[in-house]
Amino acid sequence: MTFLSLSFTLLFVVVAMVLSLWLKLGVERDLVIASVRAVIQLLLIGYILKFVFASHTVLFILAMVALIVGVAAWNARSRAKTIPGVIWPILAGLVATEIATQAVLLGIGVIPFQARYIITISGMIVGNSMVAAGLLLNRLQREVTNGEAEITMVLALGGTPKQAIYPHIKQAIRAGMIPTIDSTKTTGLVQLPGMMTGQIIAGADPVQAVRYQLMILFCILAGSAITSIVIGFLTYPRLFTSYQQLIVPK
Amino acid sequence: MEQIAMRFDNVGVTVAGNRLLTDVTGTVHKGRTVALIGPSGAGKSTLLSLCNLLRTPSAGSVYVEEKEVREWPVQALRQKVGMVFQTATMFPGTVEDNLAYGLRLHGQSLQNPEALLENVGLSTDLLHKPAAELSGGQKQRVALGRTLAMRPDILLLDEVTSALDIHAKHDVETTILDVRDRFKTTLFWVTHDLDQARRVADEVWFMAGGSVIEQGPATSLFEHPNTPELKAFLSEEEEETK
Ligand SMILES: Nc1ncnc2c1ncn2[C@@H]1O[C@H](COP(=O)(O)OP(=O)(O)OP(=O)(O)O)[C@@H](O)[C@H]1O
Ligand SMILES: [Mg+2]
Repeated sequence: MTFLSLSFTLLFVVVAMVLSLWLKLGVERDLVIASVRAVIQLLLIGYILKFVFASHTVLFILAMVALIVGVAAWNARSRAKTIPGVIWPILAGLVATEIATQAVLLGIGVIPFQARYIITISGMIVGNSMVAAGLLLNRLQREVTNGEAEITMVLALGGTPKQAIYPHIKQAIRAGMIPTIDSTKTTGLVQLPGMMTGQIIAGADPVQAVRYQLMILFCILAGSAITSIVIGFLTYPRLFTSYQQLIVPK
Repeated sequence: MEQIAMRFDNVGVTVAGNRLLTDVTGTVHKGRTVALIGPSGAGKSTLLSLCNLLRTPSAGSVYVEEKEVREWPVQALRQKVGMVFQTATMFPGTVEDNLAYGLRLHGQSLQNPEALLENVGLSTDLLHKPAAELSGGQKQRVALGRTLAMRPDILLLDEVTSALDIHAKHDVETTILDVRDRFKTTLFWVTHDLDQARRVADEVWFMAGGSVIEQGPATSLFEHPNTPELKAFLSEEEEETK
């Protein structure tokens, strides 16, 4: 696809803007910002990837993966600013997910140790885990605020923080995982996953594309589970003082 | 010499720059019942929560059986010093599940749930009923039983009867006094019902503005208040009940 023909597709954005103005939806500004950001971010990442793929340096691959994990962790943290030091559990969860999934994929040889595979697949898995982490932390804060009386009651009966928080951690972990599970259930029925679509357009054999897509789906499922469980269990001690008192997020 | 259950030594609590408690000093003897009275916001609940370390004092020390609360193993302290709140929080499950809840946290099981239920004045028919279906008074008695199952030596009661109607209030009160007499439990009882304080307490502490203003035997404190604050509080309360 040439740059010129790509530019013509901007017409769609213009149509959306006209509609927004006409119906007074008030989203014109956001449409412009979103389009401009998408162009800049993707162009930039396109050139960076081209450079990294060409260089074949392990260090660049690791740096890219670290960047992906770092940005994802920072993003997820913005959902849970009230929990002190929550960035560490998030980083631990995302790093554990990345290591576990890549170890399996590389270990059994489904993907070769090449930048074009590792970086793109990491992006998909970590991106999904980031969403799971955000949902989990959001839910955890709500659980603690709403469940303060119950949690305090367990503590007052001499229960440990873990005993007091466990039912709430469970709910939060479920909240983190359920969207991934649900979208996996309907995958291919409602919309074709982006990666598969891309491969098919680029001329790949659909059956081959499906295999790759399934691999990714399984990794994403496992990733959301690993992320949620690691973050859930590393975060709850931060909700209690050293004297086992609940800190209610404000 | 009388043995000491709890002792407060110049205790202060400051949260985010607000002084919730200032210079609280006092002693609760074993087996005694101390009623805490005072206007809303006086710091009664705050003082109570120091005794089982649900809050930490910012100044001074709180001793339970002559050991500073922060030196106690937290779980052991909270088993020894039980607490019942104004609103009874029921956990999902049956009445029996709720009665056994505290013990199960410590890996123990409840030996005789029927007897416990009767102790708190409830019919044993309720044992297998979902706790969520009980009335307010019944829930409060289950909450009391749940705490009593742990055999606490000290019981912290925070307006445990104020959400109940007059009959339930008397039943719960009688239940608590029965338990106290049977197990020699020390009671630290916050109440805004002055008649209740007269009925149950050996000693009364009057709090206002985060301080204990006056302490004395229940018999004399109500008849001969010393401070203008307590005099004002008593006459105000009397107005209200008229
Ligand atoms: N976490 C907190 N941060 C700031 N202020 C608090 C906090 N908890 C309680 N307070 C304030 O401390 C004061 C004492 O509260 P406390 O609950 O101990 O009063 P109380 O005597 O039990 O009142 P009531 O009879 O209404 O239950 C109140 O003014 C309350 O608003
Ligand atoms: Mg109170």
